[in-house]
Amino acid sequence: MGLNHDNAERLLIVENLEKVYAGRGVLGTKKEVIALQGVSFSIRPESTLALVGESGSGKSTLAFCLACMERPTSGRIIFQGNEITALDEKQQRAVRPQIQLVFQDPARSLNPRFSALELVSEPLLVQGRLHKRKREDRARALLAQVGLPQEKALQRAEEFSGGQRQRLAIARALALEPKLLILDEALSALDCSVQAQIANLLLELQSSLGLTYLFITHDFAMAGHLADEIAVMERGKVVELGAADRVLREPEHEITRRLIAATPRLGSAAHLPQVV
Amino acid sequence: MSMAQTMANPPKTISPFLQVQDLHVAYISRAGQKSPALAGLSFEVRPGETLGVLGESGSGKSTLAAALLRLLPGNGEIEKGVVLFEGQDLLRAEPRTLQRIRGARIAVIFQEPSLALHPMIRIGEQIKDVFAAHESSSRGVLRQKTLQLLAEVFPTDAARIAESYPHQLSGGQQQRVLIAQAIACGPSLVVADEPTASLDPSTQMEILSLFRKLREKFHLSVILITHNPAVLAGFADRVLVMYAGKAAEVGPAEKVLGSPQHPYTRALLQSMPSQLEGYANQRKSKLPVIPGDAPNLEVLATGCRFEARCADRMELCTRREPAVVNVGESHAVSCFKYGE
Repeated sequence: MGLNHDNAERLLIVENLEKVYAGRGVLGTKKEVIALQGVSFSIRPESTLALVGESGSGKSTLAFCLACMERPTSGRIIFQGNEITALDEKQQRAVRPQIQLVFQDPARSLNPRFSALELVSEPLLVQGRLHKRKREDRARALLAQVGLPQEKALQRAEEFSGGQRQRLAIARALALEPKLLILDEALSALDCSVQAQIANLLLELQSSLGLTYLFITHDFAMAGHLADEIAVMERGKVVELGAADRVLREPEHEITRRLIAATPRLGSAAHLPQVV
Repeated sequence: MSMAQTMANPPKTISPFLQVQDLHVAYISRAGQKSPALAGLSFEVRPGETLGVLGESGSGKSTLAAALLRLLPGNGEIEKGVVLFEGQDLLRAEPRTLQRIRGARIAVIFQEPSLALHPMIRIGEQIKDVFAAHESSSRGVLRQKTLQLLAEVFPTDAARIAESYPHQLSGGQQQRVLIAQAIACGPSLVVADEPTASLDPSTQMEILSLFRKLREKFHLSVILITHNPAVLAGFADRVLVMYAGKAAEVGPAEKVLGSPQHPYTRALLQSMPSQLEGYANQRKSKLPVIPGDAPNLEVLATGCRFEARCADRMELCTRREPAVVNVGESHAVSCFKYGE
């Protein structure tokens, strides 16, 4: 699947990305694991690309490569016109704040002993931005922006509900004013009613801050709701890529059809497939 | 009660009539503070039917799974209520009687398959242990039964799976093993708490289909507990919607999921994205949400627990708890909208 867009207006361009992990097979023989293979796509600024696939399809490896947490084996990642794959670790540090990750389980990605305020100020502290007083003001503004009440600011993360923790994780991700948010199964662990609340928050933030999202999920229903474009991955490859509406209504690849058919839905669930 | 049947002869079950009446369960903190989890839950399961229990975090749905067989953690306390199963009150049964019912007549499948299996014991052994707990047969017989049972959930490679360790299996395969353990002794009721929550949609679908096949073959009644309404569509016969430790709505699945009556059920179903359903909310539009957070049961309330978040609330709702009102054939709602 090549680049089907005009590259000039892209926030992020991924070209032919490959990631190979050296592994060990039986009896210690060398065995390579190909996690990503020839992955190419791009994202327009202020839009959402949903990346859908089953576990092990390479979605999270891709997220780590984009966030400069893993180095791809080959291929290029171009962010705002900069080829970040060509930068050394020190140069990458300047790019990293621009690309932030939000994980599935905020209970594990946030230090439970930190207060909300500390969690949200920490990225500013680490990057040496703002003085103490200003940092706190900014952190409080961020908490308000994600819909957390001020009286929660001094409470520890462990005292928050699942939905509130995910709001907190989003506030922390926003602290350094990123352009791109990678949402790695960020809604998957939440209850339906909370998923809807957080989905609304993401839409709100996207339009008010001009954010670009890479929404990684295995839930086709939510991907269909939030995304402008959908990419489907299988075994390290992007097997289908297109406008969300087109992919949902006229899926071309077999795996896309299978995943859509397997998505539980309220209206028409009388078609469970036969078990072998 | 050595009720273990070979899988070739599915059990002729006595009516697995489960009746839960006014069940109250609370957890006691170390400081002695009581937090209620179930606050007067009543429902029944009919022979051979699948009851879907729908609830979000804090609704008490997992407490329910554990309380039925008195498997609550040490700080969990059953305060009152009755759980009638095949003519016996499980809440007042002797430990020995209970032990003979657990696993043999009622089996429970808990949430996380990777935690439910012993990491260092081969699958075959772990299944054999279930048989061995309820019958005294020779090793050869147990081994044969184990392979027969595994073949029900792994038609093509039961022998290989029996020799495997849990970490060598995928999440879906581990869940199949738990299902095999659950049906091993020919129970009449299987309680499954979020059996597919950690699985991919396509694996989830496979597991649900397998469940469907087995439930018909072995005449099982099933209680399927989930937070995802879509999982119940096409799978459950009836649906019980829980809110704040009580039943908000119960009725035939197509009624509860298709034309929900309780304001909570209605709001919950409306908040789901529906691009795949081909109607309702627009792409990238705001989803209708239920305002506010899940209820805190530690705070005493005199009225309806959903009142503060309800779009249809009336003055009456704060004053006392709504009674159960029938809104259709075996369809009941706990809401003042439908009468007092």
